[in-house]
This record gives sequence, C-alpha cells and structure tokens, in this order.
Amino acid sequence: MALDTPVEESETDLLSRLRTGEEAAFEDLVRRYSPRLLAVARRIVGTEEDARDVIQDAFLSAFRNLSRFHGDAKLSTWLHRIVVNGALMKLRTRRRKPEESIEPLLPAFLSDGHYAEKFSSWNERADLSLSRSETREMVRRRIDELPDSFRTVLLLRDIEGMDTEETARLLDTTPNAVKIRLHRARQALRTLLAPHFSRGEL
Amino acid sequence: MTCRECDEFLSDYLAGELPAEVVTTFETHLSRCRNCVTYMEQYRETILAGQRACEAGAADAPPEMPEELIRAILAARKTIQ
Repeated sequence: MALDTPVEESETDLLSRLRTGEEAAFEDLVRRYSPRLLAVARRIVGTEEDARDVIQDAFLSAFRNLSRFHGDAKLSTWLHRIVVNGALMKLRTRRRKPEESIEPLLPAFLSDGHYAEKFSSWNERADLSLSRSETREMVRRRIDELPDSFRTVLLLRDIEGMDTEETARLLDTTPNAVKIRLHRARQALRTLLAPHFSRGEL
Repeated sequence: MTCRECDEFLSDYLAGELPAEVVTTFETHLSRCRNCVTYMEQYRETILAGQRACEAGAADAPPEMPEELIRAILAARKTIQ
C-alpha cells in the first residue's frame, strides 16, 4: 500500500543522501523543489528564459555549496534564498532603460490633505473572484506592470514572506527605503486593480 | 490628522507597528472619514489579492519544470565534481 501513496521523504533524509553523493538524490532534489522555485524566479525576472537561467545557476550553486549548508535553516528555505538572490542579480544586470515613475499610480491629494478621489467599496465578490484562475492571472499581470524596484519589494515582502531587514539586505538598501517602497508598490497595485474589482462583472 | 497623513501611516498601522499614541489619532480620523476606511479596505484587499494570486498550489498555472531543464541541471552537476 505504501508504494501506491508515496510519502514525501523528509528533508533530513534527502540531505543525508545528498551528502553521500547519491546520484538519485540530486535528481530528487531538483524534481521536488524546482517547480516552485521556477515560479519564484519567473515572478522576479519576468521572462521564461531568464528564469530558467536563474534556476540552473541556483541549483549548481547549491550543489557546490552543499557542504556549507549546516541545516540551521530548512533546505527549501536555503534554496529559496539562493534563487531570490540569483533572480535579483539577473534583474540588475538586465536593467538598461530608466525605470518608469510610480507617481501616476499613487493616490492624489487635494491641498487640504483629502484624497482627490472618492473611493467606493470594491465588489463584495472581489475576494470570491480570487478563487478563479482568470482573476489570479489578472492580478499577476498587474503586479508585473509595477516598476522593477517597487515590484521586487512587493514580491519579497508580501509574496515571498521576507522581513524588512532581509529585503533591505538583498536589495542593498535601507529598511526605511524598503518600507516606503512597499507602501508605494501596494498603493500602485491598488490603483491597477481598482478598475477590475470595482466593476460588477468579476 | 489629514487623509494624506493617514495614508502614510497605513502600512505601519496594518503591520501593528504604529506607536500607540499615533494609533489613537489614526483611528479617530478613520472613525470620521469613510473615504479613508474604504481606501484602507482596498489596500488590505490588494495585499491579499497579490498573495492569493501567487500562492503555491493555486489550482491554476501548475508550476511546470521543463524536463530538458532538469536534464541540463543534472548534466551540469557532473562537471562540477
């Protein structure tokens, strides 16, 4: 029966097989973690080709440094960090044109400090509509539209679950700059999502 | 507190990182300003929407790892022995 329902091997067991250099263990590692990691890389670098480069480099780097992994973090967390770091580096080397301003996507204020716009509540089914794959795809596309330096902060903080300090370290900036950019990124994403969630036809 | 100031505190407020004395002023403003409440709701929904859209195991776009990429990685590994 156990053969019919494969139970996922524990990280510790996989790690010890890796350490003995067992060929199949490397393949198991790649098969087990790469799909999720590829999705992470795609979100950050934006193109399939670059994402694949990032994944390949990340695994090779992991194989090379396996002896330095002491198991104080989870294996999946360690790999995730390597991929995020690699993806950010790829983005840095690729960035050529100056980034578009986020300003037009931020809320406008009147001189007395009130919002210039009167907001009306989003469709109550906005949350429900997120159970639909079309809506999730739409949201991912809107995230892709954010300028790189804001999109990366939003991805690292809100999606990849990293804290402010770690995000600042990875992006070579200050925690305060991360906080400001995260807020701007969320504001901009809200502006981009508003037309979709305000309409009745979700 | 104006809406503009309120807006700047939003992220810290939702993260529970706003100093207690500011929370009081912030919440007083919210209790009188429907527009800020609506904006805050949408801001929060935006965060959730991003998370829902990207969460692993979402039924859509099952992350697929191309077989040739797996092969390429395993082949390259043998060169770094």
